Amino acid sequence: MVKFLPLKQAVAENLHDGDAVAFEGFTHLIPTAAAHEAIRQGFRDLTLIRMTPDLIYDQMIGMGMAKKIVFSYVGNPGVGLLRRARDSIENGFPRSIEIEEHSHAGMANAYEAGAAGLPCAVFRGYRGAGLVGVNPNIKSVTCPFTGEVLAAVPSIRPDVTFIHAQKADKKGNVLVEGIVGIQKEAVLAAKRAVVTVEEVVDDFDDLHPNLTVLPRWTIAAISVVPGGSHPSYTHGYYARDNAAYLEWDEIAADRDKFQAWMQANVIERTADDFAARVEHLRSAA
Amino acid sequence: MSGFTPNEMMTIAASRALKNDDVCFVGIGAPSAACNVARLTHAPDITLIYESGTIGTAPDVLPLSIGDGELCDTAVTTVSVPEMFRYWLQGGRISIGFLGAAQLDKFGNINTTVIGDYAHPKTRLPGGGGAPEIATSSKEIYITMAQTKRGMVEKIDFFTSFGHGDGGDHRQRLGIDTAGPTLLITDLAIWKPDPVSKEFTVVSLHPGVTRQQVQDTCGWVVKFADALEETPAPTTLELTTLRDLQARTKAAHEGSGKEKAA
Repeated sequence: MVKFLPLKQAVAENLHDGDAVAFEGFTHLIPTAAAHEAIRQGFRDLTLIRMTPDLIYDQMIGMGMAKKIVFSYVGNPGVGLLRRARDSIENGFPRSIEIEEHSHAGMANAYEAGAAGLPCAVFRGYRGAGLVGVNPNIKSVTCPFTGEVLAAVPSIRPDVTFIHAQKADKKGNVLVEGIVGIQKEAVLAAKRAVVTVEEVVDDFDDLHPNLTVLPRWTIAAISVVPGGSHPSYTHGYYARDNAAYLEWDEIAADRDKFQAWMQANVIERTADDFAARVEHLRSAA
Repeated sequence: MSGFTPNEMMTIAASRALKNDDVCFVGIGAPSAACNVARLTHAPDITLIYESGTIGTAPDVLPLSIGDGELCDTAVTTVSVPEMFRYWLQGGRISIGFLGAAQLDKFGNINTTVIGDYAHPKTRLPGGGGAPEIATSSKEIYITMAQTKRGMVEKIDFFTSFGHGDGGDHRQRLGIDTAGPTLLITDLAIWKPDPVSKEFTVVSLHPGVTRQQVQDTCGWVVKFADALEETPAPTTLELTTLRDLQARTKAAHEGSGKEKAA
């Protein structure tokens, strides 16, 4: 049953060295505060799963925490490349990492299959794509009814998934709205799920009946972290800090600059620092 | 109107290719600008879809990412990412997939994955994202990119997204029943695939552009159509629409989102 915990404790109780972990958020609702807490606690040998690894995996890879990444777009959305991830893949710095690369359709189907309790996902994909030749986990099956050859990939079953969401009610049910991305599937596919939220409200009685709500018994722990997805955003609370994504490109370009930034903005900080980072982004929310 | 840049001509020429009844899966960057210029000029009812699940979106500023809040705020509906790829793309609902490219060959195959060897890349690029399936499940593919010898190459380093493969009927031989790349718009010209070989052929030069300029910025030997046309110059409306859109976008992105909250 879900527990409301300080983020430090929620991360310590649910993430372990060597885990396969997904910190999901499709541009929206990225669990940055949870990722920063994981960085402070210094986990090692993680398999990092995420459709769009984004800044937080760039940071975790740059800090040497990952032994493998499973992804479908290793970029800084709208800006360019992830320079710490590149340094690791191209130069083995600070360590070499194994990569398992898919398309978005492949990852989305694999998460959905994980949530559905299936061993694999079947879909029409990867036709003519070079990834088939470099990722042995992309295989094919023949439809027993039509004979069509379809792509098959193993389902994604993380040991633990972290997501950010708008709010929880007092019982621990969680609301996700806006660009819902892969949040629901990533939670239901995982053995354990930890959710950071902007706030806790008394109840969800006034909500539209078809909104995405994750019942409390699907979640291990909830931590209240206002601003916890910055520089990503939380629909209805604050806007995406696009300037921060542009700035990251420069910070991550240099190994020393990266280390200094991580020390000042992650290692020496706490989850409580996030609220102030989104103050200027709240104006019209 | 006189005075426009090659990039403005590219975006405007690309926007003209889109129709009011198109359902367009929009790639970020140049495709996004072109699709929104189309929506703001001749195709007000075009359905723009971004892979974050936003269907029928009408952003006031161009999104920096495919998942900016602006896209959701202005969409007809927003669906989950699995639904986006399964029901809407795989389900055959997309008429045009609009993609950019880091590397492109003459058969419309796209590489956005690596420069060099996959296992030991010289440059690790972001990879495919949604593109591998956009390229094969959309009814047609439009591609837009600025011409450079580095970008338009004889042989791409990795097949991120399949175009016409080795040309001819290669798509059909792989069981791909969609048309694939049917249009390439660069900063210098409009290209269409040869009906038989599927090699991109220049059909229209933008105003003031010479054949030599097209060849000098392309890594393969360029074929030109017999009846080569000149792309009409941007109209005042088109150019004003594009520039206003870019000015609003610049202000919004550099201002840490102060003007526009979630």
